Amino acid sequence: MSRLYQGVFKRDMTLAFHQKGELFQPVIFLLIVVCLFPLGVGPGPEMLQRISPGVIWIAAILSGLLGMERLFKDDFLDGTLEQLTLSGLPLYAIALSKVATHWLVSFLPIIFLSPLLGMFLNMNLAMYQALIITLLLGTPLLSLVGAIATALTVGLHRASLLVSLLLLPVFIPLLIFATSAVESAAMQLPYSPQLAIIAAMTCLALASAPFAISYALKVSQH
Amino acid sequence: MWKWLHPYAKTEKAFGLCNTLQPWFAGTFFLLFITGSVWGLLFAPADYQQGDSFRIIYFHVPSAMLSMSAYVAMAIAALVGIVWQWRTAFMTMIAIAPVGAVMTFIALFTGAAWGKPMWGAWWVWDARLTSELILLFLYCGVIALYHAFDDKQQAGKAAAVMALVGVVNVPIIHFSVEWWNTLHQGATITKFDKPSIAPAMLWPLLLNILAFASFIGWVTVLRLKNEILRREIHRPWVKAVLSEKREGANAV
Repeated sequence: MSRLYQGVFKRDMTLAFHQKGELFQPVIFLLIVVCLFPLGVGPGPEMLQRISPGVIWIAAILSGLLGMERLFKDDFLDGTLEQLTLSGLPLYAIALSKVATHWLVSFLPIIFLSPLLGMFLNMNLAMYQALIITLLLGTPLLSLVGAIATALTVGLHRASLLVSLLLLPVFIPLLIFATSAVESAAMQLPYSPQLAIIAAMTCLALASAPFAISYALKVSQH
Repeated sequence: MWKWLHPYAKTEKAFGLCNTLQPWFAGTFFLLFITGSVWGLLFAPADYQQGDSFRIIYFHVPSAMLSMSAYVAMAIAALVGIVWQWRTAFMTMIAIAPVGAVMTFIALFTGAAWGKPMWGAWWVWDARLTSELILLFLYCGVIALYHAFDDKQQAGKAAAVMALVGVVNVPIIHFSVEWWNTLHQGATITKFDKPSIAPAMLWPLLLNILAFASFIGWVTVLRLKNEILRREIHRPWVKAVLSEKREGANAV
């Protein structure tokens, strides 16, 4: 049984790494969006430091949404998803494996890139530490909840805008807590309460989102 | 309870129930709305601080309260639909959604109109305003998702999942926005103390809250009836209902 899951996971990862161009698109998108801000609001270091957590988090959410559509789309179009549904494996486990792939491909590079972003936006060390922790705790939530909306719209044409419309309001609490954690860190205040809330939201999503995703996939395939 | 509810999963029974409820909702709405509004706008005493401009409360508070209740009602319909696979529950859900969205919009609009003279700004990023705005976005998401599908049964299920994701989020959003606000700025002008409202001002407000609730019920019932007719157009009983209507119209 577990070998079958490993097979699904390995297949997804191999496919993701085969399309090297697409692999780097979200990361480069994020980099460009972050670079637009110093150009847009002016390069004053204090100003940049103040807006940095919000900018990085908004850019991370947007680039995560960008990669969201291919989560199920190709498998849906070529019938693989149907085969997986019929394979007898619980669909929620498959969904969880796909979400894990999405996180590894879309968000892990962002976390590796974040020192550079922090440097661009003049973050200090305390802020940077807080940013890394919030990204590690919060981005799985983006993948999990994002996969619900993606699974719901997988049968529709050109649904990426709709997915953003559905998801952005839902991500507001995460954005608020993550940026407030980094801002607390900037003021040398403790920020563990915000981290605890982000972790709690991620746990809730981890427990319930796989079932919502599998239901959504069944709805999409009739 | 179950035996009592179960027949309404059938569209014909649900249509009958709508027909029974419709005059009650409409009657309650007109009676209470006219009484409450006239009482509130003309006869309730003016506020000692805000003068007459406080009277917008008689539209603002009911719409704000009921915009959230309508969302919860929508989510309950969604849950019932998913758990028991009732088509009428999905239809009810999507019948409520635009009504709730309009309520949210009324709350935001009257809030802005009230905020301008009182706070000196149309919009401030206060906790309540922000969460109300996000509620409007959530309504828009559910409606947009529903209309993106051609197959309305599938659309109902998809929108139901999104409505439930939203309802889990509504308390989180509410508290996050509240804490976000207090974390950033302490008590400012935006924090208005809720005065222990005088009974003479309270009664018309309560009447209007009930009136708005019956309004939501009334419009939802009308929309549900339309939805049932549109979706079941080929059923014999729908044809019978429609031909009755047509004959009635011809006789007049």
